[in-house]
Amino acid sequence: MNVPADLRYSSSHEWLRLDGDIGTVGISDHAQEALTDVVFVELPAPGRKVDAADPTAVVESVKAASDIYAPVGGEVIEINPAVEADPALVNTDPYGNGWLFKLRVKNPAEALALLDAAAYTALIS
Amino acid sequence: MTPELKHSPLEAAHQALGARLVPFAGWNMPVQYTSILTEHHAVRSQAGIFDISHMGQFLVSGPACAAWLNRLLTNNVDKLAPGHGQYTLMLNEQGGVIDDLIVYRSGETDFFLVVNASMIEEDFFWMASHQDADIILRNESELWAGMAIQGPQASAIFAAACPGETLPPRNGYATTAAAAIVCRTGYTGEDGFEFFCPAAAGIAAWDTFIAAGAAPCGLGARDTLRLEMGYPLNGNDLSPTRSPIEAGLGFFVDLTKPDFIGRDTLLLQKSEGAAVKLCAIQYTDKGAPPRAHYPVLAADGTALGELTSGVLSPSINAGIAMAYLPTAFSKLGTPLQIDVRGRLFPATVVKKPFYKAK
Repeated sequence: MNVPADLRYSSSHEWLRLDGDIGTVGISDHAQEALTDVVFVELPAPGRKVDAADPTAVVESVKAASDIYAPVGGEVIEINPAVEADPALVNTDPYGNGWLFKLRVKNPAEALALLDAAAYTALIS
Repeated sequence: MTPELKHSPLEAAHQALGARLVPFAGWNMPVQYTSILTEHHAVRSQAGIFDISHMGQFLVSGPACAAWLNRLLTNNVDKLAPGHGQYTLMLNEQGGVIDDLIVYRSGETDFFLVVNASMIEEDFFWMASHQDADIILRNESELWAGMAIQGPQASAIFAAACPGETLPPRNGYATTAAAAIVCRTGYTGEDGFEFFCPAAAGIAAWDTFIAAGAAPCGLGARDTLRLEMGYPLNGNDLSPTRSPIEAGLGFFVDLTKPDFIGRDTLLLQKSEGAAVKLCAIQYTDKGAPPRAHYPVLAADGTALGELTSGVLSPSINAGIAMAYLPTAFSKLGTPLQIDVRGRLFPATVVKKPFYKAK
């Protein structure tokens, strides 16, 4: 299972890539495999303010719709139009072109409460 | 407490193939091996094999058993020559569906019934409680392994896997030299057959069909394939409070038979018109996948009911669904809206099937 070392992870299987106060969010390789073929994603409206653990997006497989939670609080500043057009990117490139949305993170220290790669690997193994 | 899951005689084969096993109708069954979409397309373009060992098999025999079955089932078994089968329904006294099943005439006074996994006990109890003295009724569900080979390559796979055997015609029934049962039926809309053999011989047969080119497919693809054809799933699209007339299955009801359980209600619905009808519904644009229990609204926002099944069709890449709608809203082309988590997606009533097999 691919768990990049430079990301932070939530116990609900989102990842966060922090660059200054901009956080990019997607779902982990483990999550995409568990969900199976992603056929639809519903992304938040840019400008929406969310708290950590708020349901912020929806990823749908053939069989089920799953809520995706904001790993940290902030304001949605960008969404990924590529995954709306081709939801399978979440399966094929979960840490790259399959990212879901970007947040202007309110309190970057919140990211410290997330799991590092080693702790997340332990969680899923 | 959850009763213990039942295990298919093919379960070891599923585990060896790396299947994802989930509880379904009280059974531990494969939902997918690789991906639902891959398996779906394999059946539409080549051929797939499904474990259907969870389904029930009943044997009915006795000199007067055809007349007895005709009182329990909606279709007419007198139309069946030996070696042929038909889709039929078993109703309660109110005309609601207990189960949908296929009945094959295996001999002049012998019948082979294949029923839904979740309904084996209830069906058997219902039939036994209506049993006449000279009717022999046996539940053989535990004895048989079952597999469905479906897709345009199915008959070639049969020829390779069962040399010297002849595939029966559409809806036909045959037995092989090794005492397996072969039925030219399925639940995908593609050509194909269902193969039943003694449980202990199941894995060898399964492996033989896979070696002949059938891709293992799980219940996930089975559901998307059946819904593209508009085939109902009992428990979703059929229920004890809905009749086959309401479900659009009047073709499988012979109202000219003098008597069968549920007939009075069906006659009334036929003469007065049913209040609701199970409709095929398709999105007119892209949208979030429709799913069972999502609300269905009229174009003006009036609540009409809820979806009984729904999926994003892998073959036509559109949201497809079914729902019981008031008859006034059941005409082809009627504009509707599907409520997905508060967002409304436009849809219309369309003709079944959603997808036409090539």
